[in-house]
Amino acid sequence: MVNEHNAIEVKGLSKTFNGTVAVNVISFNVAKGELFGFLGPNGAGKTTTVRMLTGVLKPSDGTATIQGHDICSEALQSRAHIAVVPEEANVYLDMSVWQNIMLMADLYGVPRKQRTSKAVELLESLWLSDRREHKARTLSKGLRQRLMLCAALVSEPEILFLDEPTSGLDVQSRQIIHKIIRQLSDEGLTIFLTTHNMEEAEKLCSRVAIINEGEIAAIDTPDRLRSAIQARQYVEVVFSDNKLSTQELESLSGVSSVDLSSNAIRVYTETPGKTATEIAFLAKTRDMDVEQLCTRKPSLQEVFLYFTNQDKKEAKQ
Amino acid sequence: MTVYVENTNSWRFQLHGALVILKKNIVLYYLKPPVLIFGVLFPVFFFLAFKMGRPISPENIVPGMVAMAVWFTASAVGPLVTPWERRAKTYERLIATPVSLQAMIAGDILSGLLFGACLSIIPVILGLILTDVVITSLLPLIGGVILGAISFSSLGVLLAAPPASSPSNIMLLSNLVRLPLLFVSGIFLPISEMPIWARWVSPFSPLSYAGDLIAIGFGRRGYFPLWLSPLMLIVFTAVLIWGSYKFHRKWRSKGL
Repeated sequence: MVNEHNAIEVKGLSKTFNGTVAVNVISFNVAKGELFGFLGPNGAGKTTTVRMLTGVLKPSDGTATIQGHDICSEALQSRAHIAVVPEEANVYLDMSVWQNIMLMADLYGVPRKQRTSKAVELLESLWLSDRREHKARTLSKGLRQRLMLCAALVSEPEILFLDEPTSGLDVQSRQIIHKIIRQLSDEGLTIFLTTHNMEEAEKLCSRVAIINEGEIAAIDTPDRLRSAIQARQYVEVVFSDNKLSTQELESLSGVSSVDLSSNAIRVYTETPGKTATEIAFLAKTRDMDVEQLCTRKPSLQEVFLYFTNQDKKEAKQ
Repeated sequence: MTVYVENTNSWRFQLHGALVILKKNIVLYYLKPPVLIFGVLFPVFFFLAFKMGRPISPENIVPGMVAMAVWFTASAVGPLVTPWERRAKTYERLIATPVSLQAMIAGDILSGLLFGACLSIIPVILGLILTDVVITSLLPLIGGVILGAISFSSLGVLLAAPPASSPSNIMLLSNLVRLPLLFVSGIFLPISEMPIWARWVSPFSPLSYAGDLIAIGFGRRGYFPLWLSPLMLIVFTAVLIWGSYKFHRKWRSKGL
């Protein structure tokens, strides 16, 4: 039964290449209008998942629907609702910027009048208007990626798949693409963003799934994922002259581990406020100057590392 | 957000998709060096090399040149398009659009057909101007060119199916198929004058039937019955299109 609030529904999707499992029974939903992040290290199965959802690869097992259309039995209908910006900008190099956009519009059956006005609007918003007649071959990587985005958006899709859209781009192009992604999300477009850039996911996504070795390791909002690993909250402290040992810090209540590898000592604890007070008290009794003392929640990068390493440990066991 | 075509399965939408593919191929591939070399220059030099110093009558030269032009030009586009797009990574984006694989194959076949049919006009005109041959029967000539071009173009698209890392590998494969067939199809010598073994093999080449129809168009006596050649070209086309679809579907995601 398809939930009409979901743009994408994935149930037990798997992909095997010659006996090697690339994606292993993954299930998740993406709500309409959601900006969904799909995080994972290289080779985790992100691109394979996108390729299955966009009809490029046939799943070995499981099902998925796009706007209610099954990706296998109603492949053409499901593809009519989506647009894809693959990892490598694959525009037609011997065509002009304008020809590339018109070709994609034509393939999606966008009427001539609409496609022209939409293309002009997109070229302006992506700062490509002055390159309209330039051959794609003459564009930099960043400009080609923006052209890819234009070509994807000209058909006004309901779901946009972005596979590592800012990978290897300059700061300006990255910012422009981020701005456009946010704008599109605000307008109600469902966006499926794969990335291994945590900062990007944290900044843009309302919900993220972490995929590792072909399996979903965690899936939730960035905030909830952070709080899900309470033990990875920490107190960061810098002393002018440290006289405390690891054992002393580890003996404080709630402390799970201590990292003394840098100048700033990290004390991992489930109760950061209480631990910070105890550290300050301890410093006072030992006549030590505290230069910096703060509590920190784990970043999404730490959440990511936690879940991906955790999986590896379990697999080894 | 708008979905412009609700029924992407409709034949009208897919026909439109095939025509968009055709337009793209014309813009991108007709003037690509491999197409010009293997499709245009190759047959010219091949024919000159064979003809020089031999007393071949114009009744054989002109139909042979026309048939060879159609053979090489129509089958040159297909082997280039898919491998080129795979290497350029544009193929992945194409197969993620609502255009079906059948429509993509149809677009590629139409590209070869149009290229072959248009370029075959050149040897026809040259033959009429430079020699004393005349067109005695227009319908077999047009039928031979058009049915031949569809069949050869389908062969080219079939040959493009294997997932090769480089377009040159597919061009090599296509020449391995195209060149031997050229010698057993009555292009340089009428089939009736060929050795026995070649006469046994020639019915298995679509070029034999197209060449025979074109020769009839120029007033030569046909080797096959007039009804058989169009029928066999249709059968070859159907089999090659079916094979193209099967193998492109099997290998479409390989090597992306």
